[in-house]
Amino acid sequence: MSILLKLDNISHTYGQQVTVDELSFELEKGEIGCLLGPSGCGKTTVLRSIAGFEPIMSGEIWLNGVSVSRAGFVLPPEQRRIGMVFQEYALFPHLNVTANVGFGLHHSTRTERAHRVAELLQVTGLTEVADRYPHELSGGQQQRVALARALAPYPELILLDEPFSNLDVGLREHLSQEIRDLLKKLNITAILVTHDQSEAFAVADKIGVMHAGKMMQWSSAHDLYHRPANRFIADFIGQGVLIPGTFMLSGEVETELGVLTGSIYRPDPSSSEVPDKQVDVLIRPDDIIHDDHSPLQAAVVHKAFRGAQFLYTLRLASGQIVLSLVPSHHDHAIGEKIGIRPETDHIVVFDRL
Amino acid sequence: MKNDSPPVNLTVAPATRQRCGDEAKYGIRRAWRVFPFLVASLVLVPVCVVFASFLSPDSEIWQHLITTTLPGLLTNTLWLSLGVILGTSFLGVSLAWLTSVYTFPGSRFFSWALFLPLAIPAYVIAFVALGMFDYTGPVQTSLRHWFNSDLLWFPDIRSGPGVAVVMTLAFYPYVYLLSRDAFLTQGKRLLEVAQSLGFNRQQGFFRVVLPMARPWIVAGVMLALMETLADFGAVSIFNYDTFTTAIYKTWFGMFSLSTASQLASLLILIVLVIILTEQRFRLRMRFSESRKSTRVERIPLTGWKAVAATSFAGAVLFFAFVLPVVQLGLWAMHALEVGVDGRYPEFAWHSILLSVLAALITCLVAAMLAYSVRIHSDRYTRFSVRLATIGYALPGAVLAVGIFIPMAWLDNLLSDWIEAITGAETGLLIQGTLVVMLAAYMTRFLAVSYFPLESALQRVTRSIDEAAAGFGVTGWRMLKTIYFPMLKSSLLTAATLVFVDVMKEMPITLMTRPFDWDTLAVRIFSLTSEGQWEQAAIPALTLILTGLIPIIFLVRHSET
Amino acid sequence: MSRSFISGLFSRWSSGLFLAGFLFVAPVSSQAEEIVVYSARIEQLIKPLFDAFTKETGITVKFTTDKEGALLTRLLAEGKRTPADVLITVDAGNLWDATRNNLLKPVTSPILEANIPANLRDPKGQWFGLTVRARTIVYNTSKVKPEELSTYEDLADPKWKNRLCLRSSKKVYNQSLVAMMIAELGETETERIVKGWVNNLATDPIADDTLALEYVAAGRCDVTLVNTYYYGRLMREHPALPLAIFWPNQATTGVHVNVSGAGVTRYSKHEAAAVRLLEFLSSEHAQKLFVELNMEYPANPQVKYGEPLTDWGNFKQDPKSIVKAGELQPEAVRLMDRAGYR
Repeated sequence: MSILLKLDNISHTYGQQVTVDELSFELEKGEIGCLLGPSGCGKTTVLRSIAGFEPIMSGEIWLNGVSVSRAGFVLPPEQRRIGMVFQEYALFPHLNVTANVGFGLHHSTRTERAHRVAELLQVTGLTEVADRYPHELSGGQQQRVALARALAPYPELILLDEPFSNLDVGLREHLSQEIRDLLKKLNITAILVTHDQSEAFAVADKIGVMHAGKMMQWSSAHDLYHRPANRFIADFIGQGVLIPGTFMLSGEVETELGVLTGSIYRPDPSSSEVPDKQVDVLIRPDDIIHDDHSPLQAAVVHKAFRGAQFLYTLRLASGQIVLSLVPSHHDHAIGEKIGIRPETDHIVVFDRL
Repeated sequence: MKNDSPPVNLTVAPATRQRCGDEAKYGIRRAWRVFPFLVASLVLVPVCVVFASFLSPDSEIWQHLITTTLPGLLTNTLWLSLGVILGTSFLGVSLAWLTSVYTFPGSRFFSWALFLPLAIPAYVIAFVALGMFDYTGPVQTSLRHWFNSDLLWFPDIRSGPGVAVVMTLAFYPYVYLLSRDAFLTQGKRLLEVAQSLGFNRQQGFFRVVLPMARPWIVAGVMLALMETLADFGAVSIFNYDTFTTAIYKTWFGMFSLSTASQLASLLILIVLVIILTEQRFRLRMRFSESRKSTRVERIPLTGWKAVAATSFAGAVLFFAFVLPVVQLGLWAMHALEVGVDGRYPEFAWHSILLSVLAALITCLVAAMLAYSVRIHSDRYTRFSVRLATIGYALPGAVLAVGIFIPMAWLDNLLSDWIEAITGAETGLLIQGTLVVMLAAYMTRFLAVSYFPLESALQRVTRSIDEAAAGFGVTGWRMLKTIYFPMLKSSLLTAATLVFVDVMKEMPITLMTRPFDWDTLAVRIFSLTSEGQWEQAAIPALTLILTGLIPIIFLVRHSET
Repeated sequence: MSRSFISGLFSRWSSGLFLAGFLFVAPVSSQAEEIVVYSARIEQLIKPLFDAFTKETGITVKFTTDKEGALLTRLLAEGKRTPADVLITVDAGNLWDATRNNLLKPVTSPILEANIPANLRDPKGQWFGLTVRARTIVYNTSKVKPEELSTYEDLADPKWKNRLCLRSSKKVYNQSLVAMMIAELGETETERIVKGWVNNLATDPIADDTLALEYVAAGRCDVTLVNTYYYGRLMREHPALPLAIFWPNQATTGVHVNVSGAGVTRYSKHEAAAVRLLEFLSSEHAQKLFVELNMEYPANPQVKYGEPLTDWGNFKQDPKSIVKAGELQPEAVRLMDRAGYR
């Protein structure tokens, strides 16, 4: 596998405001990457810098081993062979579907173009609506037209800016899977920008979580969840709480929940496991089991029905809040005290700040 | 079609009682349905009067025209129209693109200064151009003096190309104004799409920006074309025969108003066909982006490109505005030595009063028309609106007659009625009132305000209506809270165009004004009709300066 | 502060009232001592005469100016309620057209009949010529000797090839000249002459008389046909121009003249006052004012005129009735179209 895209310590500013701060990552050919983060974290700016719409102030962007952006130089977008799907699709409202998809094929002959457009319409399931104008299409169809249009000139890389945000929630899950399958089938390298974790998990091979212009972690979805690089990731990805604990001589961690066992993952490798060291332990909802016989009692503060399970928000004796997923036949009233116990395979431990 | 849905069934009494809120809304929708037909029929009365001339055909004159002058002046008109279409689109679009996308020395100045020629009547530009560049003008005279002989060749300004250039200079601001509006509201997203698909900015301009601005450019060019077809002043200064000169010649020379009206009817039929054809081709197209994106950042031009941009804009401004104004200024100074009429403040006040009122009324009606077409975009509504805006293509004097005849008829009818009741003799009551003048201006200039608004509505996506309706915002409140803010700049554009056009308008003003109630344009007419151009320079300059006020206002607004 | 608020409110209120007044109050002319004139003669060439009339008679004159075609349409549309008492035009053709449409009232006035020669008025007294506009030849003195010139017809001779400038056929002046030629020579002969003119043109027909004169002065062509007062105005500004007047057809028909004239409207409600205005306009006082204002010749032959008109010399007028100019004008326009005279 070869590296298709490399961002090396890039920074971007808008006037005084730093929008992207020394950010780096790499993407291999055929991989689907995702930039995940709350709005305003700079993820769209990174995407636009890759496309060539934004100049960068320092660092360097490499595409296929060629430097395309650095301080004082921007290879024009049209020379990058990067397809882009915009958040609002930005279809040409004065052109029909066929003309929209064929728009970028200006170097091809008429027959080549017709052939390529037909092929893409077929792949994206748009053949039926080839003659329609954008305003005559559903949201999902519009999105597929935008994708087909971006794919048509055989780009090296596809950038998708919040591709599902304009769709119904019900459609999103279905379409995100569909898009992933399509991109994988065509072996397209792509970067997606989203603020929705489930979208990122459903589509991407690699996910980069961004916060305030910085890349907090660039890794697989599994690692983000189970091996968070820092407190921000631990908090941002999935659900869970950090509770105080202390290292014991045995290498286990003692907390209000009791002594937690299992493999320990420490994102701050510099610090050592000194006994009595004060730490914070990440407790996910699935780490806490409801057990009527447990001596450990917690009061129900809040509950959310999740079908097969309830997500209980519980208050321990010290006032510490924890979350617990409980099968939904255990229906407890708010204020009721229930018995719980921890059940951990591996535990994520941060040094106490 | 949507409107074929059955009306609310009134026999189901309980249900209708419950739905009386819906009933009211239905009624409002119905009102919007009827409105365009109402306006169209009002505005169409003069056009119908012109068409009614076919009831008294004079086959002898027609025979004469067909065998003698008609073929020639049809070709003349065609070439002139083509020239003006090409010229105004080139100047208007290129200047709008330059000033809305790039920065170059003076670009901020040019972005508003290039509107200015709008305030100068076409016949003034024509007369100054003729005075400057014709055989007896200073340019050729000094060249002859220089070479001490007759010039071997000098482009004859009194020719088809000469007229086309003059009209292009006079009418390009329509295209400039509207294209600029289009470019400034378009946003950069679609250009970025084009770039991501391998087009550079220049290619993107031709492939995306230009097609997306089509309704605006077409609207601007249509206005320029209609002005060209209706023009009599500039073409007669150049003695260039067009369809319109034939209309006047038949009327004034052969005393056949009916044949003149028939010729005029043909003229508007041609324009109608052009408009409808163009519209047909873009019926299903839309020109709004799904979301408002940021404006294009201006790109600085450097080196020879900056010099070229500045000189291009400067040259256009020089020939279309500076030269005529300087010439008028020289004449005015000369005329001032003779003494100045003390009534000019009064004339100016009359001009402004008329123009402001006409701009307000015309824009209001045009906005309502555009909105009702949006709600009911069926064939009949669209067609009736087209008809309602067609008056602009009629030569002014023919339309003035078309307005005056039914007005006088109504006036007489009213007086008959009053006399029958009261027994007192009344004389004519309506004519010579401001109401008549304003109605007449609306008939003439509805197109000028309608085209910009119609184009602007293209940028307002339909989902906005639905979103607003979802919040319970409908009808007038929707207009006020949603449309007005979004259309503000286009309304201002439309109002400015009407204002300036009414300032310059002559035949209708002459025919419908009250006694002893002259305007600047009337003053210009009465001085130029006896060739007193030096004296006419004073009202002409006053008119231009007054016309500049709303233009500067407009620019201030569009710059922020 | 409250004071400025009140005054602001007041001024807004009063201007609103002013506007409302304009919107709904129509002019009603019922005063006995006021007449209404529709004038195709522009304000600065007629208003001083109205002022003089008011001074002399106490009758005030309300007037509006427009092109003849528009004024005639107005009279026609307004019908019996027209406010107009008098129609003034700058040519005979439109007066003829007005009589054809039955818009003017026959007037019997010994004063008018005495002041205005029969060939310059309508036989039934529906209109009267007030000033005479003579259309004559003007030539470049450095290029043409007066001996070379003789008649309008002679300008069709090939010796004038590329030496002639003509005003556009769209203006009434040359239309009425051609109409009078048709009356004299018949259609075939006239068409031959007009074709000859067109063949001799040095440049496309020109939009106005002044420009035609400038062309001759600049040497673009040698001769042209203009109304004398345009020559007078230009020479007053630039006395050094190499231009001179030649009176054509002195041995034959005489110089073509048209008139600026007036008639009383069919539905005038102030006929007596209207006739008084016409009589006044034919009087010596008014005729001299006409000459002063625009260097036109007086229609009243008893009125003596001074410089610069006297400098141009005496000339023989075409004695045919000017009514012909109106009658034959449509025919003249067609003939000029056929001859390719634009």
